[in-house]
Amino acid sequence: METVNSMKITFLSVPENESFARVAVSAFAVQLNPTLDILADIKTAVSEAVTNAIVHGYRDGQGMVEVEAALSRDGILYLTVSDEGCGICDIEQAMQPFFTTQPEKERSGMGFSVMQTFMDKVEVQSQKGKGTRVTMEKKLTVA
Amino acid sequence: MRLERNRNTVTVYLEGEMDHCSAQQIRRMLDQSIQESDIKNMVLDMREMSFMDSSGIGVILGRYKVLRSRGGKLTVRNMNRQVEKVFKLSGMDQIIDIE
Repeated sequence: METVNSMKITFLSVPENESFARVAVSAFAVQLNPTLDILADIKTAVSEAVTNAIVHGYRDGQGMVEVEAALSRDGILYLTVSDEGCGICDIEQAMQPFFTTQPEKERSGMGFSVMQTFMDKVEVQSQKGKGTRVTMEKKLTVA
Repeated sequence: MRLERNRNTVTVYLEGEMDHCSAQQIRRMLDQSIQESDIKNMVLDMREMSFMDSSGIGVILGRYKVLRSRGGKLTVRNMNRQVEKVFKLSGMDQIIDIE
């Protein structure tokens, strides 16, 4: 991939930063003139990944969440959301629709399903006790 | 958030964004409006709701269950495309009426 622009932001894992993260990534992506629907997809996926880091990665504690984005010459947004939280024991199970470890908090368990539906590619790497890294791709320009 | 009551139905005009950050407050206000009176049915008007992620699914499904347990129903209307996409992905359109 030939990168034409990139950015990285790091912020504390507090819920108020969910909207900050999605707006920041959306503002970064807009330079390639994606459609409003594509921007809405990206905002939704970022919101899910950052919420997972805050709610599940750091649970009742706090830590830093890092969001990296890069634009390639062929119009693809490469996005990474990572935390240094507790990690995911079973990634396959965590990615099942409606799977949640917090049903009492009315968590829907749809976070990864939303990411997979709204983005072109989603990959999750995680190590117990070390953190989680979600990598996503989205074609920004309509052919 | 604005409320309108007509007999045993309350219409809630949601505004802004529904994510994990705002979900708890929205959930509390919706539950308050259900419990404070003999409300049976709820209509969620989402014309002024610009964004919703899967945290919103949890809020809406939770209120659906509460109302159903009282013999009432939940209706949703005026979703924008982003909100509707999340709504339908969760399968909520199979159990909750869209006006």
